[in-house]
Amino acid sequence: MTAVDETIRTDRPDDGPVLEATGVTMRFGGLTAVNNVGMTVRPGEILGLIGPNGAGKTTFFNCLTGMYKPTEGRVRLLGNDLPPKPRAVVMAGMARTFQNIRLFGNMTALENVMVGRYCRTSSMALTSILRGPKFRREERETRARAQELLEFVGLGKSSEHLARNMPYGDQRRLEIARALATEPKLLLLDEPTAGMNPRETQQASDLIFRIRDSGLAVVVIEHDMRFIFNLCDRVLCLVNGQVLVEGTPGEVQSDPRVIEAYIGGAADDEEGDA
Amino acid sequence: MTDLLQQLVNGLTLGSLYALIAVGYTVVYGIVQLINFAHGEVFMIGAFGALATWTLLFQGTTALWVLPIMILGAVVASVTVAVVMERIAYRPLRGAPRLAPLITAIGISVALQEAVRLFYPGAKSKIPFPQIDVVTGPALSFAGVTVQRAAVFTVGALLMSAALLWWFVNHTRTGHGMQAVSEDKDTARLMGVNVDRIIVIAFALGAFLAAIAGVAQGLLNANVDFRMGFLAGLKAFTAAVLGGIGNIQGAVVGGLVLGVAEALAVGFIPGQFGGSAWKDVWAFALLIIVLVFRPQGILGARVVDRA
Repeated sequence: MTAVDETIRTDRPDDGPVLEATGVTMRFGGLTAVNNVGMTVRPGEILGLIGPNGAGKTTFFNCLTGMYKPTEGRVRLLGNDLPPKPRAVVMAGMARTFQNIRLFGNMTALENVMVGRYCRTSSMALTSILRGPKFRREERETRARAQELLEFVGLGKSSEHLARNMPYGDQRRLEIARALATEPKLLLLDEPTAGMNPRETQQASDLIFRIRDSGLAVVVIEHDMRFIFNLCDRVLCLVNGQVLVEGTPGEVQSDPRVIEAYIGGAADDEEGDA
Repeated sequence: MTDLLQQLVNGLTLGSLYALIAVGYTVVYGIVQLINFAHGEVFMIGAFGALATWTLLFQGTTALWVLPIMILGAVVASVTVAVVMERIAYRPLRGAPRLAPLITAIGISVALQEAVRLFYPGAKSKIPFPQIDVVTGPALSFAGVTVQRAAVFTVGALLMSAALLWWFVNHTRTGHGMQAVSEDKDTARLMGVNVDRIIVIAFALGAFLAAIAGVAQGLLNANVDFRMGFLAGLKAFTAAVLGGIGNIQGAVVGGLVLGVAEALAVGFIPGQFGGSAWKDVWAFALLIIVLVFRPQGILGARVVDRA
């Protein structure tokens, strides 16, 4: 745990919500993909976002990360409205991973993580050519912290491997390390266990717990119910672009509407609501 | 044997010049997938920047110590033009269909040539380029092979620039940022990389090497003119494609291969098709052959594997 405390800032400005979405609605032409969804992520909690295919999870996720600008509603990160540029969102303290792994394949694992850290260092291009002492110190720190993060996710020995040659599960963990390198307050994971075997899934769970314990809030989108119910403090179930149920895993798991949405009658409901 | 060595020396000199310019095409292409056809003019502006620096500050001086200041003048002129060009002509077109920036590039190329022709005093004809002690003057001779002093400067400039560039791309944060952006711009942006700044730096880096090439060309030919960027730019573009566009080592290799091929064609193709009149034909014939049989270039374009 010590490695984590050094690596990820644990200070929070206050105890307000890390992320707060209110009345988020996203329309594409005549289609309402997300309809009046609200969500609050508190410091140090793991929140799960579930729902059957086409429920609007990914669209909502994209609204949260600033990829889409919602038609209505607002998203606030640490009390401030989400800035318009993706880079500014990262600087404001939100980091994410991708459903389809998007690493820099021709760079080493260490370099991938270092790229994530650069937005937190201040050296300009010119100083890196002139190689001032400040630059060298920053560069050394960047490298050391990137290595710490790799060790934190269990890839300490793979730092010099090219990202594209790494096993699938390792690539997923590397993406998490790269996201953590931006020093987020909130980490969004888009299907972190897609394509993983049960052992890798268990490792992913452990990793997410350790990230949470280091003081971050985490939002997870996932299909794997067992994974979500074991992992999350709270679960939000989206159906047809609306919040169906929100509550503890126990509450959501036993809610008949959730079971119905997933197993039976979903098709009929969709037609009825549309 | 002496003939062969002589042509190799000539070829490597010419090739170094091509390589210095080709790097600019390839770096920019690697980052924004844009063929900056105005890059030849950035090279030409570099030569005029050096000339203007000399004319304004050191007219009549031939001492070696003015050379670094001339190079600085060349770099300032080229980098300024390249950065302004990116800002006002290419950035607004980011996300536009790829034909739009390509046509813009051709437009800028013509505009820059005309601007120099109209506004640089005496640029309507060739202007003599200052000759500097040590790097120009009586040719050196090694076992019957003649080596121009400016040729030594050119090859040396390429070696130093290439080493510096390699270090920059692989060992600095900005270099890592460039690699990340060239692989996946959107992801880089989502990881907090300042993509706009990386693009400006790519243009500036290319302009930096083109400026050095401009000085080298001035020293080699002892004159400059506003059209010098056109053919040189086209050849350098050929070199970049030859080596594998987007690949920095490829640009260097492509430049040297093209230069040597041209020199050998001049020296060894007999009769009507030999000699310098046909050298451009052979250079572009080589391009066509490579494009047919190895379209990704000698070292291969840097194509990102997406697993």
